[in-house]
Amino acid sequence: MSDPVSALKNATYVADIAEIKEVGPVGMITLRGDLASKPVQKACMTAAGLKIPQQRHCFTQDGNSIAWMSPDEVLIICAYDDVAAMLGKLNNALKGSHALAANVSDARAVFDVSGPSAREVMAKLAPVDLDPSQFTAGMFRRTRIAQVPAAFWMPQEDMFRVICFRSVAQYVFDVLGVAAQPGSEVGVFRR
Amino acid sequence: MSTRLATGGRLINKSNTVKFRFNGKHMHGYEGDTLASALLANDQMLVGRSFKYHRPRGIVAAGPEEPNALVNLGSEGKFEPNARVTTTELFDGLRAESQNHWPSLEFDVGAINKHLSRFLPAGFYYKMFIHPRPLWKHVYEPIIRHSAGLGRAPKTRDEDTYEHFYAFCDVLVVGGGVAGLEAARAAALSGARVIVLEQTAHWGGRTPVDGGEIDGAPAQTWIDATLAQLAGMQNVTLRTRTMGAGVYDHGYVLGYEQLTDHDPDKPGPRHRLWRIRAGHVITATGAIERPLSFAGNDIPGVMLAAAVRDYVVNFGVSVGDRTVVVTNNDDAYHTAFALKHAGLDVPAILDARDIKQDSEVMTQARALGIRVMMGHAISSVKGGKRVTGVTVCAQAGEGAVLEEISCDAVAMSGGWSPVVHLWSHCGGKLIWDEVNACFSPDPDRPPKGADGGQFVSTAGAASGSFQLDDALNDAFAAADGTLRCLGMKLPREAKAAKGSRREEAPMAPVWLMPQGASVKLREKAWLDYQNDVKVSDVRLAAQEGFVSVEHAKRYTTLGMATDQGKLSNINGLATLANALGEAIPNVGTTTFRPPYHPISMASIGGEARDAVFQPIRRTPMHDWHDANGAEWEPVGQWRRPYAYRRGGESTHDAVSNEVKNTRENMGLLDASTLGKLIVKGPDAGKFLDMLYTNMMSTLKIGKCRYGLMCNDNGFLIDDGVVARIDEDTWLCHTTTGGAESIHAHMEEWLQTEWWDWKVYVANVTEQFAQIAVVGPNARKALEKLGGMDVSKEALGFMEWADGEIGGFKCRVYRISFSGELSYEIAVNASVGLAFWEALMAVGEDLGLRPYGTEALHILRAEKGFIMIGDETDGTVIPQDLNLHWALSKKKEDYLGKRAHLRSHMADPNRWKLVGLETVDGAVLPDGAYAVGTGKNDNGQRNMIGRVTSSYYSPTLDKGIAMGLVHNGPDRMGEVLEFPGTDGVTYSARIVDPVFYDKEGEKQNV
Repeated sequence: MSDPVSALKNATYVADIAEIKEVGPVGMITLRGDLASKPVQKACMTAAGLKIPQQRHCFTQDGNSIAWMSPDEVLIICAYDDVAAMLGKLNNALKGSHALAANVSDARAVFDVSGPSAREVMAKLAPVDLDPSQFTAGMFRRTRIAQVPAAFWMPQEDMFRVICFRSVAQYVFDVLGVAAQPGSEVGVFRR
Repeated sequence: MSTRLATGGRLINKSNTVKFRFNGKHMHGYEGDTLASALLANDQMLVGRSFKYHRPRGIVAAGPEEPNALVNLGSEGKFEPNARVTTTELFDGLRAESQNHWPSLEFDVGAINKHLSRFLPAGFYYKMFIHPRPLWKHVYEPIIRHSAGLGRAPKTRDEDTYEHFYAFCDVLVVGGGVAGLEAARAAALSGARVIVLEQTAHWGGRTPVDGGEIDGAPAQTWIDATLAQLAGMQNVTLRTRTMGAGVYDHGYVLGYEQLTDHDPDKPGPRHRLWRIRAGHVITATGAIERPLSFAGNDIPGVMLAAAVRDYVVNFGVSVGDRTVVVTNNDDAYHTAFALKHAGLDVPAILDARDIKQDSEVMTQARALGIRVMMGHAISSVKGGKRVTGVTVCAQAGEGAVLEEISCDAVAMSGGWSPVVHLWSHCGGKLIWDEVNACFSPDPDRPPKGADGGQFVSTAGAASGSFQLDDALNDAFAAADGTLRCLGMKLPREAKAAKGSRREEAPMAPVWLMPQGASVKLREKAWLDYQNDVKVSDVRLAAQEGFVSVEHAKRYTTLGMATDQGKLSNINGLATLANALGEAIPNVGTTTFRPPYHPISMASIGGEARDAVFQPIRRTPMHDWHDANGAEWEPVGQWRRPYAYRRGGESTHDAVSNEVKNTRENMGLLDASTLGKLIVKGPDAGKFLDMLYTNMMSTLKIGKCRYGLMCNDNGFLIDDGVVARIDEDTWLCHTTTGGAESIHAHMEEWLQTEWWDWKVYVANVTEQFAQIAVVGPNARKALEKLGGMDVSKEALGFMEWADGEIGGFKCRVYRISFSGELSYEIAVNASVGLAFWEALMAVGEDLGLRPYGTEALHILRAEKGFIMIGDETDGTVIPQDLNLHWALSKKKEDYLGKRAHLRSHMADPNRWKLVGLETVDGAVLPDGAYAVGTGKNDNGQRNMIGRVTSSYYSPTLDKGIAMGLVHNGPDRMGEVLEFPGTDGVTYSARIVDPVFYDKEGEKQNV
């Protein structure tokens, strides 16, 4: 079997006010179920060592992350090669309970947007309050980037990890580049 | 003449000269000038021609309310029409051209219209161009179009970039004058997140020009200190050159930031559209001075009194050596003082009021030696392209001339109107202020949000508080009230800034000058400068029965120009009220709609242009297709190969060759775009039985079934193959366009109607690259790659299996949309291209050729398979397509079942699907209608059917088509007439829609 290839083959664009980098391939499992139920919580812990995150948060531990997607959906993010094993463990642990776990690693593209103006670049494209007092590391938003659905969180200050659908990877890469064009600093987010 | 003064000009930097051109003429100004002040400094009084009569027009105002001075700015990729000189900051190399003149600004042939003005009254176009009807299209419309519009349309692509920015705050203050700054200061003290927008490049608004003291110091000192305080607060964002353009529901406000208009060589976007969500909006938008309506009030050199003052104080520019001030209020006297102070002459102040006791300013004026003429008015202004003098009359009379005063400028003031636009956008109401003769925001009827609470407040002059002390108190109170609305609080120690107060005599409303002006004078008294609407036009509209202000506006075009009636609105409706004998508040105002001042279309588009104009969805094999001759077809946002052209093939030949090759050898189709939805849960079978018209719960694990989906009105919305994966899991294929909508459709039913059913849905469309391997050699190719058993015995028609082919983990579906032996193989998207290439390599000896969407369509049409979107259009039900076999009779219910019982759905007269074959083998035009006998009520020929899809079939070497025909299936063999739009009438015979391999043997091998 051939090696997996991410949508843009890890393209990088060092724009004037931010750096945009495709990160891939990344392992992703979508899990739908009752997030308040013991079996779902236990399954996440057993399979990935993760507890269910708070609403609109992304919780990371030992390289694995879990993001709150909706009241009955989380996204587990892990190493690409770990997906099959983790999915097996999840399904095992969820046996007998009503839940749906599916590998969506290849359905997505992942980008890192970094630099001191990263917040501003994101705020040009996503209708999200990105003021440092409102959006901090560990928070997660399921929203849009310009015209396409997207989700993102900040693993650390000045760095956004953005997830979008694979088919629009080029669009998201391009539109992030446009938003980071020279001379386009807004100068509003002060810490 | 207008000129630059030796001294003065608080906003200009005389050490930095800026060169620019107007109508090709080289001129110079200074850094800090607006184009308006620079033009005036170069004695360019005449700047444009009016819309209808091409009358000479000069600058009237100093801000966004300017109606006359619009220019074409820049050239080619930087071209911009209708730029207001008063809001355009001067920069080196600026090139402006005046608009709406021919052949030149100085000599305009169109000006002849003014001599015809008697024949161009209000409603002229409506009256004149209605009859005779046939002349409309070829004579009247071209003439009107030729004379429509002021600026030229750009011809070159805009070379600038634009962007949006999403911002959030508790309190948004629109307007950076003293009231805005005071409201922002007070609000920010509470810790609230505050954004302040100022449309110009400067803070402080009019106050530095108008004077006064705040907290015991000159206003500018307070402005500087307050700005410094705000700039130091982390919770405050200050933006200049950013206009609050519109207020919308839910605290949504658009801010329009002009980043490089004043400095076009600066890198970065030209405009930024701020999309702001504010908890509460404070509009501190100030007020606009009203013109007075007297004969000749549009002659260049007649200007608003405050604008005359602005040009002197801000830019050191005098509009004329001798300026007559004409007013109905005390404020305009300060213009006289500013002019005197600059060493200029004010021969007279014509004050229309009848006041016995001199007010402070009158005393002061007399002390300065200015002739103050109470109860006097302008009878008419003398001059053509510039003012040469005025004739004076009594305001109370009909205009009999008492004397003539020579002058080269007139400063007029009819009082002030608060800028209520932003207050009104979301439904804030107005009250008539008798004292100031203006409409002010009614604090008791504010714009309300979703929670029923007030979400917009006004501050300062925008509230109708014109005195400095009132304005500051009002702004402080607005901040206080705003914080209460937000559940926040002013700190106990917070205090309002204290402004000084002027003792003034009351203003007197003057809507026509003189009061009893004759028709002759009224015909020269302009209300709307840009659209050439005069007092006489509004009176005529009233006389002709246009009593509603909205009707009168449209009839006369009052306030409909690009300035949206900022100057003309109140004067116009006061004139209408007088003509109707009504009180002004009873006539009311027209509707204030965003934007407050024109914003660029490009800023609304933002970043969406060129490569990112809209998202294009690409499959994992996109680049391969592109490199191998794919001609693209947009399918929703996807791009799919329409056909792959090889060598010198035409597209038509490529399609035909792809079809033939697939039937004879083998084809590959990128089917990745088809929707793939996992439906799982104990109730999944029950759920799918409700969604599909046929039975899905009984499908055996390992099997596939073709299914139809109707909406609750019974219309076909999607189709596709469903596979049973395990006991409680199904995988539903949807059409390419249906992936997202059918996913949403499923979620909607699960979340709103069957919320207690245990079913989860996941859209995994993009997880997989799906490739259709089609044709007699398909099995050979897969066997050559090796891996799983794909024989007829191991994997029968309409079965699926997981396995490995050529080392690729895959799921193979034995389904066929072409009538050939066919496998649809899903692999992970990240290896999709590699798998495609492996298939291409192995197929080389087997005659493999990929095919595109057009070949796909022909292959399915030859087999009589329907296509959602061709045979269906949202009005078609399964019965129309003879798909009764897919409508389960065993099921008690499914979406659409009840709808199919409605009389119209069960009507035997519904058009039904048939095949169509032209008698001469030609291809029927897609969408053509079959005509019957007789005519309908509209005199059109009766129609009895239409073509739903039509192709040239390379397999059969003739045109084939499908169509919906009245009683179609009962009319086999009958020939119908299809008139085409090309003038040819096509004759086609009704046949069975399955043209090829009726027994279905080829797919089942």
